[in-house]
Amino acid sequence: MNSDLTTFAGPAIDWFAVSPLIALLAGALLLLLVGSLTPQWPRGWYGIASVITASVAIVFLILLWRDVTNSGPKLLVGGALALDHFALLASIAICSSVLLVSLVTSDYLARENSDLPEIYSLYLTTAIGGLVMVAANDLVVLFLGLETLSLSLYLLAASNRKRTESQEAGLKYFILGGFASAFFLYGVALTYGATGSTRLVDINVVLNAYISVPRNDTLLLVGIGLMLVGFAFKVSLVPFHAWTPDVYQGAPTPVTAFIASSGKIAALVALVRVFITAFPSRADDWGPVVFVLSALTLVVGSVVAIVQVDVKRMLAYSSVSHAGFILVGLEAASHRSSADAGDGLIAIAVYVVLYAALVVGTFSIVTLVVRDSSDDGTTLDAFKGLAKRRPQLALAMTVLLLAQAGVPMTSGFVAKFAVIQAAVAVGSYKLAVIAMICAVIAAFVYLRIMVSMWISDTTTSDSTISDATTSETVEVPVFTGAAITIAVAITLVIGFFPSLLLDLTTNLTQLASK
Amino acid sequence: MVFGAGSNVVIAASAEVLNFPILTALVILPLIGSLVVALLGHSRPEWVKLSALISSVTTGALSLWLLGAFRAGEAGFQFVSQHTWISQWGISWHLGVDGISLFLVVLTGILFPLVIVGIDVHNNQTSYFAWMLLLQAGVMGSFLSLDLFLFFVMFEIVLVPMYFLIGGWGYEQRVYAATKFFLYTMAGSAFMLVGIIATVALARRDLGIVTFDLIKIAEGAKFSTNTARWLFVSFGIAFAVKVPLFPFHTWLPDAHTQAPTGGSVILAGVLLKMGTYGFLRFGVYLFPQAAMWARPVLFTLAVIGVIYGAIAATMQRDLKRLVAYSSIAHLGFIVLGIFAVSSQAVTGAVIQMVNHGISTGALFLLVGMIYERRHTRQIDELRGIQHVAPIFAGVFTVVMLSSIGLPGLNGFVGEFLILLGSFGPARWWTVVATIGVVLSALYLLWAYQRVFHGEPDEANSSFKEMTPREGLLMSVFVAIIVFSGVYPKPILDRIEPSVAALIKHVEGQTK
Repeated sequence: MNSDLTTFAGPAIDWFAVSPLIALLAGALLLLLVGSLTPQWPRGWYGIASVITASVAIVFLILLWRDVTNSGPKLLVGGALALDHFALLASIAICSSVLLVSLVTSDYLARENSDLPEIYSLYLTTAIGGLVMVAANDLVVLFLGLETLSLSLYLLAASNRKRTESQEAGLKYFILGGFASAFFLYGVALTYGATGSTRLVDINVVLNAYISVPRNDTLLLVGIGLMLVGFAFKVSLVPFHAWTPDVYQGAPTPVTAFIASSGKIAALVALVRVFITAFPSRADDWGPVVFVLSALTLVVGSVVAIVQVDVKRMLAYSSVSHAGFILVGLEAASHRSSADAGDGLIAIAVYVVLYAALVVGTFSIVTLVVRDSSDDGTTLDAFKGLAKRRPQLALAMTVLLLAQAGVPMTSGFVAKFAVIQAAVAVGSYKLAVIAMICAVIAAFVYLRIMVSMWISDTTTSDSTISDATTSETVEVPVFTGAAITIAVAITLVIGFFPSLLLDLTTNLTQLASK
Repeated sequence: MVFGAGSNVVIAASAEVLNFPILTALVILPLIGSLVVALLGHSRPEWVKLSALISSVTTGALSLWLLGAFRAGEAGFQFVSQHTWISQWGISWHLGVDGISLFLVVLTGILFPLVIVGIDVHNNQTSYFAWMLLLQAGVMGSFLSLDLFLFFVMFEIVLVPMYFLIGGWGYEQRVYAATKFFLYTMAGSAFMLVGIIATVALARRDLGIVTFDLIKIAEGAKFSTNTARWLFVSFGIAFAVKVPLFPFHTWLPDAHTQAPTGGSVILAGVLLKMGTYGFLRFGVYLFPQAAMWARPVLFTLAVIGVIYGAIAATMQRDLKRLVAYSSIAHLGFIVLGIFAVSSQAVTGAVIQMVNHGISTGALFLLVGMIYERRHTRQIDELRGIQHVAPIFAGVFTVVMLSSIGLPGLNGFVGEFLILLGSFGPARWWTVVATIGVVLSALYLLWAYQRVFHGEPDEANSSFKEMTPREGLLMSVFVAIIVFSGVYPKPILDRIEPSVAALIKHVEGQTK
């Protein structure tokens, strides 16, 4: 720590280590400033700018990955940010989801007859917030990241100005998200009061010292609890999930894909880092809470998903249940006495990365098949007979849905396997069984979508087929097609060769501490 | 090498016979066929059936070649091939075949080409064949896997093609039946996945490494009594659903009845065997003590299945549903034999798995032919077919008698060995199960009498005689039925050593 308090010296900054953030910021500013000062760019170029920015950030992240592999994890900017594989993997996932979602959005906006730079700029600022969150080693920095991310997402949810549903979604998200942020901030304040620090690493040091000197933990435990509530809102854990279906349904579909991927990854990884780095000594206190949250989220998410008629709501609840699955990994990581607690961390990282690809791919197809602007809303009927109209698209959707259900030979199975393996390795059999049963319940939801694509009876006579083909042709534009192809490729390649991803997780459990 | 010191596995000889990885080929060939069919489907629809045929017939020929090259009298796994797959989790692509799996592999090898040649699909051939071949790859993989993870993957992947086959080409209630099938089986395997991972995690204490290798775990790991029981139950639920054992059977009549004929043949012929095979290979082999502990319950459920299946079959008005319920009864016998854990009973169970596949598969084919002609499966709408189609009736009689277990036909060998071998360890259960043999004669003969005897009414008088192609198809089944009924020795010779080794393993662990 700085002993000389009379003069303020800023911390040394390793500029290269924060280069992904700078790249994203530059891209966002470019789009926003140059985009608003210059006349309308040719169609699609805003999206391409966003894709290039995300790609540059990914390149920087990969270079940093190599550095960390060679010289080990470290703290940056005076201990405000952590540079380790856990953060980098999540960052790559977030930037990749920006890349894929930008591709989809480009086509989506073309269909809606508008092409604006703001939405891409907001994707990039969201990513900045996300990158800060996953690397934050300081609760205040984490809050900054959280707010950057959240405010961008509120605007994104409301970005379709023509539809009231979109604005309703944005407002709902904003109000509930604001509450969550307040809860989180209050938790941070109480934790600071209890420990005298907001640095995650320092909090852990202080709390470890308390073990020898018994103290009243009430302040700290309330602080942890409030922070958990804040996170639970962001991650949409039951019972803090009520906003999820409304926002997912109301937001423009590409944005929904983005909220479900980037938003979720950032909040989950930040949650895990805070609890594993700062409060491992209180794992006996928060572990059971995570157990209950996880079980509730799994059960409610998968059961309620079954009764939905709207595809986006269905997938919203399924995303709730996926969050429950990821929490199983955190519960496993809370068993600190076990030598295998690190498996939980790996499982979480594997799950979020693979889930991001899955959810972006799934919602990309939903974007194509279901029109937000259509009169019937986004009901399952839109998928009826898709296999006849667009067999390749139906096949891609089937692969993604089977992966979400956790069928072997897909990435979804690898993710589920990693989580269950982590839970079983530390002896959490109950949670593992609950999770698997909920996976079966959730599978029913995906089967329903597959049934309407492949086995639907509506297009039995030949005349209706040709009618459907002519009137409701589902176009697959180039960019969206590319995004879907990438998502399906990841799903299958990792499904067949999980080692490709698991190789990256060798040093994952070493979180930056100095 | 891969095997523990206690293993009685002999692999030295097989490696030098030839380096061709025949077992891998058995799994990969249909998979490639499936991809080729799927890709060809749009550009060259006329090649679809041909390529499906080539890949399934080649697989069948390979499996027959395997049968010939298999060295009788050896207990261990032969043609073993092992490659690292996911090193971080200790998972490998590990295939092997022994006397217990050999005939199931061959059955899978020959049943699929027969179904592909013998049954016409009326719509969307491409997808049908693609799913069929994928199904074959999955089933082959399940019977050949010696790695718990690989087995689970194969066991689970089978659901997807079967789901689409039932849902896409089935009858009126197909969506309901397909969904029920998928969810029931997936729910069962949910427990097994947790069980598999727990087995591996606990075996690590004894083995020192994380491995999903079946043989290493079975020979090296020592589970405490209670743990082993829990693990056995977790595996057992998955297999009990798949078999299906009595309280878990409700998906079967729906799935069988609603599935297209080809699907029913495969479902009854090989898919159900994945459950009984799983009990034998993974339940009894991995957890012998727990299996012995669970015996009374499993005997009881098996015998309930035998009697319940028979009574329910008697009550059916739908011919296909009748055959479906008869499967429950037959599979009950097999489970009884497996858990009797005596040489005769287990050998009988293994041979009965194959026989049931042949005779029930053939029955479903015949019922399918009746449906093609009459567009009904209702027993009371059929009458006097014997008069208009005597050859058809004759073939039906042979197949039916094989299913009943008439001496001289294949069904007798398995049932007799099971009852003989179970009488010692499970006397009263066996006595009750014997009633099931009598009942099977009752429901099948009664159904035969109603469908084939009497004077044909107007609708049935135009019932077409068996076509040459159908005759050729059925003659394969009849030939196997008669051959393995009259001269089962070559089959028994190949099964018995592996069964004896398994029983020795069980006795060694339980004493």
